[in-house]
Formats: sequence, structure tokens, C-alpha cells
Amino acid sequence: MAESAERWEAADAGPRGVGRVRRRPGAAAFQAGWAYLLIVGMWVRSTMAYRLSFVMTALGNFAATALDFVTIVLMFAHVRVLGGFTLPEVAFLYGTTSTAFGVADLLMGSMDRLGRRVRDGTLDTLLLRPVPVLAQVAADRFALRRLGRITQGLLVLGWALMRVDVAWTPVKVVLLPVMLVSGAAIFCAVFVAGGAFQFWASDASEVQNSVTYGGNTMLQYPPGVFARELVRGVTFVVPLAFVNWLPALRILGEPDPLGLPGWVDFLSPVVAFCCCALAGAAWRAGLRSYRSTGS
Amino acid sequence: MGAFYAAVAVRGFRRYATYRMATAAGVFTNSVFGLIVSYSYIALWDQRPHLGGYTQAQALTYVWVGQALLMTMALMGGGFEDELMERIRSGDIAVDLYRPADLQAWWLSADLGRSAFHLLGRGVLPMVCGALVFDLALPSDAVTWLLFLVAVALGAVVSFAVRFLVALSAFWLLDGSGVTQVAWLAGLFFSGMLLPLTVFPGWLGVVARALPWAAMLQVPADVLLGRDSGPSAAGALAFQAGWAVVLLGAGRLLQTVAARRVVVQGG
Repeated sequence: MAESAERWEAADAGPRGVGRVRRRPGAAAFQAGWAYLLIVGMWVRSTMAYRLSFVMTALGNFAATALDFVTIVLMFAHVRVLGGFTLPEVAFLYGTTSTAFGVADLLMGSMDRLGRRVRDGTLDTLLLRPVPVLAQVAADRFALRRLGRITQGLLVLGWALMRVDVAWTPVKVVLLPVMLVSGAAIFCAVFVAGGAFQFWASDASEVQNSVTYGGNTMLQYPPGVFARELVRGVTFVVPLAFVNWLPALRILGEPDPLGLPGWVDFLSPVVAFCCCALAGAAWRAGLRSYRSTGS
Repeated sequence: MGAFYAAVAVRGFRRYATYRMATAAGVFTNSVFGLIVSYSYIALWDQRPHLGGYTQAQALTYVWVGQALLMTMALMGGGFEDELMERIRSGDIAVDLYRPADLQAWWLSADLGRSAFHLLGRGVLPMVCGALVFDLALPSDAVTWLLFLVAVALGAVVSFAVRFLVALSAFWLLDGSGVTQVAWLAGLFFSGMLLPLTVFPGWLGVVARALPWAAMLQVPADVLLGRDSGPSAAGALAFQAGWAVVLLGAGRLLQTVAARRVVVQGG
């Protein structure tokens, strides 16, 4: 089967490969987006065939994520402030990261199935279709139930916005949606990078949970709670701090434990763009190194 | 017959031991979560030094015991139940039922083998990692460790018994994903995985500590922390054993009723 493996590779060598027409990047992105939407639409229709099952699993998704917040509320049954933050302030952190992560989980959460496809050889089927592999993998078994997490995050965020003591300025009002969108993009990049990693380590999909779910858990708590090195790590190495910590500290008017210059709080969109570019590069490198199991 | 089920358990152990890369990835993830949760507990115990009757070192030990037992007790799923439900749904269960092995004992052996592997493969290293980073309150006498192992074994049996009941629901529902999800949520919350049950306020704490899920994490952790020693340790183990007997009995009853429902298609 070595011969077919080579052919897969040739088919995926991109514009340099045989039979591929060089296209403008805009057109390629449009095609990928359109394919993603088509596949997602197919999975949504298939989900809706079992409506009761969908409602139950969406409620389950909602309840599962709500337990995280119940834990925080139970903690605040014993203390008034945690890491210098009141309950509404922690809820603000919780709501922003949960919403951003929920959106990324909905759009890209299927990436952790890639390892399985590499193991059992079904990835080859995706390589044969005239649609970008990333769009196919990301849309694979699209789980609409993950709306449960987004709903829960938005509810907590709404409650926090009513209760939190903030002097709203136009800048802060704009910063809020910007941080949600950038945060979702940063988490999407982590999902894609995690998917790329599975080309090399197909059994190790759980590693990405430590950054995605683990990162989401970490961002629910004030940065002052964690050791300085850990905060540095999620600022400079895996820049999750830009999902909500840095912009949220600006909105809440709390000091930044790392003492970074003030303009850094507004860098989330730039960081998100860089993360997506890096994750895209990692994905292409992973896909190029893919060898079919041949079975 | 004992040797037969022991052989099933050994194969359950080996089946999970095959995936070394997955185990390494899991150890890494457990350690990262342990680290994150530890810091949130430090912030909490800094303000309330004796919350739930734990010192800060004991609370941190609790976190890492939780990470070590997360997979052992299959608190987030990943045990045998999906496989058994699929066999019930597809009808393969009919073949299982007329094999010369008891259905419940077969799956109990296989799942205990899995638990043993997860305790060694996924439990020991995160615990070492936690002990390297934080000051943990680990006991120095062998008796406490021995009692802890007994408590873990009993907890694993209770965990199996609950999931066996969940799996058998597929005889009536065919698609057991809703029940699985509810059981999974209850397990996560009432085992004390999110927060020690001793920290739960008022009646919620009283109820949570009496439910079977307490046997999976809260009781083993308290035995290791020496909160339950001597006669009170015997009481804790009896609590676990009591739930194990009740739930295994319920599973046996349900299995008998369910087996009568099976209609094997001819042809």
C-alpha cells in the first residue's frame, strides 16, 4: 500500500501537486467556508431527526458546564473574595471565557477526533474529496448540543454584567465583544494546533484537553490566584491570557499581576490573528507529514 | 471459577495498558488540571484555613487524590458501560447471556482490571507530580496506605455497580446516552471531584455524603488523609461495602428482569 500512500501525499501537496489549479487565497477560503457550512448543515439536519435526543443532550451540555459555576458559587459560600475578586467579578471572567470557549468548541470541537481517523485510516476518505481537509475535519460530527455551553456562559456573563461594579466608557463597551471574538479565535487556533499534533501522536488527543478545557477552567479564576510562572506561561507561551484576563482586568479596573504596559490589554485581536496563522502553518505541516496506515 | 474471572481481570488490565501514548497524554492532562485546581484551593484555604476540616496541605492532597482516582473510578466515563450498551442495542447481548459466564461477574472482573491499570498508570505519576510541586499531607505509615487501597478497591466496585445499572437501562431505552450523561454529571458532582463534600454547605453536604458516589472519592481520600482511622475507618469501609452490596444486588435483580425481555430473532 506504499504506492497509495504516496498518491495521497501527491493529492495533498497543494498547488504544486498534479491536477490542482492555482487559485486566489480568497477563493480558497471561500470554498473552505462554504464546504464547512454544507457539512455542518448536513449534521444539523441529522441531529434534528432525533429532536428529543438533541434537547436532552443540549440540556446535559448546559448542566455539565453549569456545574463548574456551581463549584465557584459553593466556594463563595465560604469567602467574600477569591484572589481579590468578588463573585460578580469572577462570574465576569467565567462568562467571558465560557462564551469564547463555547463558540470555539462548537466550531472546532471535533478536531480531537482526528487521531481516531488517522488510526483507523478513514482520513484517507477525506483526502480524496475536493474540499479542504481542515473544513471536513472541523465539521465532522458537528455537535449542535454544544450550544448548551454557550448559553450557560452567556447567562452567567449577563448576570455578571448586571451585578459588576464598572464605570462603563465607550472603549470598555467595545472591548467586550472584541475580547469574546478574539478569545473564540484563540481557542479555535488551539483546537487546530491540537489536531495537527495528532498527525504525529494519534493516541495523544487528550493532551489538547489540558490547554482547551484546562485553559478554560484556569481563565475562570482571577490571575492573582495562580503562581507567577504559570501566569507568564499562559501570557507568553500559550497566550490564553488574551482570551479574557488582560482585557477583563482593564474593564474591571483591576491591576495586572505581571505589570505589563496598559496597551497590551488591547492586543487580543492581534494575538488571535497570530495564533490562527501559526495554527494554520502547524496544520499544513502535519498534513504534509501524514502517511496513511494503508489498511 | 475464581481463576477464570481473575484471567478476565488480567486481560482487562492489559487491554488498557496497550495504549502507552494515550496513558502518557492522560498523565500530562491530569497533572495540568491538578495544578490549576490546586491554586484555586490555595486561594480558598488561605482565607479559610480549616475549611471542611482540612488543613491546606490536606486540601491539596485531596486534589491530587482526585486526579489519581478520576480514571480509576471512571468518574468521567470511559469504562465498560458504552460497550455493554452497544451490545444490548445491537443484540449481541443474546450471545453473552448464554455463555457459561455470569454477565455481571464478567464485566465486574474486566472493569476491576481496568481500574487497577488506571490506578497505577494514571494515578501514581500525577500524585508524584503533585508531591513535587506542593506540600502534601501524605501518611507515612503502611497501615493507612493499606486501608486506602482497600477503600479504593471498594470504591471501584461501587463505581462499577452504578455503571452496570446505567448500562442495563439500555434494555428498555435502547439509546442510553441520556442516562449515561445524567449518571456522569451526578458522579462528577456527588463524588466530591469538583469540591470536597465536607465543604458542601448544610443539608446538601449531608445528603451528598450519604450517596453512593461519596464512596468513590470522598471516602478513599478521607482514609488516606487519616481523618478516618481506627474504628471510624472501619465505619467508612463498611459504608462503601454496604453500598457495594446494595447496588450489586440491584444490578443482579435488574439483570434477571432484563434477561427475560431479550427476544432473540431467528433466522
